[in-house]
Amino acid sequence: MRRPPVNLLPAGLAARMTNLVLSLIVPATLLIGWEAAAAGGYIDEGAFSRPSSIARAGIAAILDGSLLTATLQTLQAAGLGLLVGAVTGAVLGVFLGLQPMAEIATRPTVEMLRAIPAIAFTPLALLVFGFGLALQMVIVAYATAWPVMVAALAATRGIDRRLLEVADVLEMGLARRLRVIILPAVFGRIVVGLRTAMGFALVVSVTVEILANPRGLGYQLILAQQSFRPDLMYACIVWLAGLGAAAGALSNLLNRFSTEMAR
Amino acid sequence: MMRPILLHRFTLMLLSALAFLALWQAVAQMGLVKRSFLVGPVDAFAVLWRQTLNGSLAASMLATTHRMVTGFALASGIGILLGAALGSSALVRRLLMPTLDAIRPLPASAIIPVAILMFGLNEAMSVFVIAFGSMWPVLLGTVHGFQNVPVGLRELARVLEMGRLRAFLTVHLPSAFRDIFPGLRTGLALALIMTVVTEMQASLPGLGYDIFVAQRSYRSADLYAALIVIGVIGLCINQILVWAERRLFPWASSR
Repeated sequence: MRRPPVNLLPAGLAARMTNLVLSLIVPATLLIGWEAAAAGGYIDEGAFSRPSSIARAGIAAILDGSLLTATLQTLQAAGLGLLVGAVTGAVLGVFLGLQPMAEIATRPTVEMLRAIPAIAFTPLALLVFGFGLALQMVIVAYATAWPVMVAALAATRGIDRRLLEVADVLEMGLARRLRVIILPAVFGRIVVGLRTAMGFALVVSVTVEILANPRGLGYQLILAQQSFRPDLMYACIVWLAGLGAAAGALSNLLNRFSTEMAR
Repeated sequence: MMRPILLHRFTLMLLSALAFLALWQAVAQMGLVKRSFLVGPVDAFAVLWRQTLNGSLAASMLATTHRMVTGFALASGIGILLGAALGSSALVRRLLMPTLDAIRPLPASAIIPVAILMFGLNEAMSVFVIAFGSMWPVLLGTVHGFQNVPVGLRELARVLEMGRLRAFLTVHLPSAFRDIFPGLRTGLALALIMTVVTEMQASLPGLGYDIFVAQRSYRSADLYAALIVIGVIGLCINQILVWAERRLFPWASSR
């Protein structure tokens, strides 16, 4: 009887361990060097507080709830803004895709508006809405509407004209036409645009808070800097990077979901 | 056959743009919206004309463009060099990529407070933030491009016994450029955004600051004027890049 070969490590695990060790070398060296240099007094802790104090400040901010409240405010504005922006963009894109004349006629206006960074509208929105959720939501909606609109427009234009002619012959109503022909044809492309928009939503939300709006993580961040709490500032940054990564993971999930729907 | 259709489309676009301006002016004049919120194009263009004559428009445009180009040049340089190293060596990739992947999801503007602590409220801070924000697409495009240099080309460089630098400049970089270019395009768009943001945050002279000042002093016509100029700059950048893409990659056009 032959014994099966004994493998202490399953195949692939060894390679993964090597990768893990390699990938940890740089951040570990940086963090330890940073901590040591700060302990030795080589680094100005007014600008670069040491990793241990950052961790302490972060844990304190989580425990007293301020970080979570701020996170919810930022995500609320990002989410609602994205919802408004994506729906507006999709409706506009499908409409212009179905009406070539309207598309040509509005093209100069659309191109001009699209070229203005959403953030540049912050002062104007501040005049109109004042501080608060609406200010941030509107800017996020403006930023996120364009990628969805462009995707929806391109996808609708790509629909086989003959399908739409069949719909004409069958005298399909708009609702039916949307459900049977248009939405299935544009769904995948809109998801691609939506993923770009998701990437914008968090960034724009935080940026409006940093620039003007006294709420959310961006405000916490700039407040920590201005009140000489670099430890808290870095803790917010680490937290934000984590949020960004989570948004990225959500976006990938959406992608997998949509490709499975397409199958 | 082509010409009349093109002309027709151009006329339609021109007419509709004029119609949009007329509509905008009409809505502004009807007084349905407060004058501090909505200013008609006539007033906005009057401001632009005045700023053109007294030179302040040129000064703001120059300051903003200069800042944007400096930051973007820095981002492209770092992004391409770092990306080339990451794309050519699996070891460098395994060492650095996870760290970079951890930093990359950070919203770029979140680096602003750090930059303020490091440099103060000045030009260096602005350029650093612009470079940080616009570097990522260049970096990712370059990594992808260098990872996908065709094996045949690599072999060619080896057979011709090219030095490392020569192979990099004449074989690998041109081959990777197809992937670098879209990264540059996205990066430049981000650079304009970060420029406006840092000008607002640090009160640096430029169009972003003009917008902020206009809002604080309730001069809405100035605000709209600055927005128009930023839009025109954005449009110009995009047109230049579309043109460059056609010149550089004629086979990949009509996208």
